Amino acid sequence: MTIFIPTPLRGYTGGKDAVEVEATTIREALDQLTANFPDLRKHLFTPEGKVRAFVNLYLNDEDVRYLPAKEASEVKPSDTLSIIPSIAGGR
Amino acid sequence: MSTIDSLHELPELTDDDLVRYSRHIILPEVGIEGQRQLKGARVLCVGTGGLGSPLALYLAAAGIGTLGLVDFDVVDASNLQRQIIHATPDIGRKKLDSAAERLTALNPELRVIKHDTRLTSANALDIFKDYDVVADGTDNFPTRYLVNDACVLLGIPNAYGSIFRFEGQASVFAAPDAPCYRCLYPEPPPPGLVPSCAEGGVLGILPGLVGVIQATEVIKLILGKGETLAGRLLLVDALNMRFRQLKLRKNPDCPICGANPTITKLIDYEQFCGFASPAPSNVQEIKNGVPQITVQQLKHRIDAGEDVYILDVREPFEYQIANIGGRLIPQGEVPQRLAEIDRTRETVVYCKSGARSQRIAELLKQHGYQRVVNLAGGILAWATEIDPTMKKY
Repeated sequence: MTIFIPTPLRGYTGGKDAVEVEATTIREALDQLTANFPDLRKHLFTPEGKVRAFVNLYLNDEDVRYLPAKEASEVKPSDTLSIIPSIAGGR
Repeated sequence: MSTIDSLHELPELTDDDLVRYSRHIILPEVGIEGQRQLKGARVLCVGTGGLGSPLALYLAAAGIGTLGLVDFDVVDASNLQRQIIHATPDIGRKKLDSAAERLTALNPELRVIKHDTRLTSANALDIFKDYDVVADGTDNFPTRYLVNDACVLLGIPNAYGSIFRFEGQASVFAAPDAPCYRCLYPEPPPPGLVPSCAEGGVLGILPGLVGVIQATEVIKLILGKGETLAGRLLLVDALNMRFRQLKLRKNPDCPICGANPTITKLIDYEQFCGFASPAPSNVQEIKNGVPQITVQQLKHRIDAGEDVYILDVREPFEYQIANIGGRLIPQGEVPQRLAEIDRTRETVVYCKSGARSQRIAELLKQHGYQRVVNLAGGILAWATEIDPTMKKY
């Protein structure tokens, strides 16, 4: 599946805006992503392993927080996972 | 159903109005009635910068009757790459004056209300209460949460937009039964993780794209027509020109708009966003192995009485113009003068804008210094964000 990397986090993925991973669940996909790019881990997860509150994960256009199985949700190769951090710029 | 039509009596259109707004009036979705709604509407633009410029210009052109502007800043040459409401002769003027002049030149019938202040928890409700729609064009997390909370508490919809580099987000928050900003982001990121446009840059056209989307949503909220972005987050990627949308849901446990709210009045948003916390955030941006510290983080550490070792790698003439203290070793002399830099202490390296100091920090790392951080944005960021009286060069 494809994981979209937002601009503020591309410094930790070698500038890539999308990363391909092979996974059967969202959790597996995130584990692969952070295994490939270890610096990302602390930006996405708390030390306890929870997704940080200012980061939203979307499977296609659905908020992962509202999926019945949440991060254990199964994924297909054609699915996309978007990481959407808050941005505040406006001036 | 419009969000505003029940609130006050709608003004009549004059003959001049019928001519000026004829392209609107001919639209079945607007018509005479819709144009009267626009004329009767009171919209508040928070910020007259990148987003606020196109937003206010289009709203003025569209025939919005009353436009409030909140800003305390002055026009700077570096604004003009995107803040199209201001022009070169306006450099040094108050943005409010410059914007109001431009808007009333565009539409002399427009009533502009200038709020010459920084938006705070103390004044936000009082300013917002007289408006039907708020458009958030601010540039920092504390104000984003402040605008959201004030809108939720007063029941005023917020046409939201934000930008970073080539990316934008837009939505409508706090509309009836719709999610709010806190439903999407319960907490802000730690200070320094997401750089501001001043640090990270922004494509000048991007706030134009996003600000016009906000203006569109404002108009639709007033007319009560079409489908607004309430419940959706629109993502704009200008570099690849991709627009995507994500579903937003109202969080039943949202601390301000949920069933059992814990926030029932405005709070201290600087503190909420971590700016006032004495402990520096443990999540920092790292560039080529060198952690970056923001000027706010450095200021708070100094204020908290921490013994911070500061290394200035600029030239002596620059130090003469302005400095924030610390030891001066010009970058070219650092390799020969390593003995003067204590490798057991954490060292904050700074220069004018953060580039030279980053190179020197990397050099120190190569020489085995474990605790070297770079001051992001350098003394220019300090002069902009911490000490406006400091001379910029």
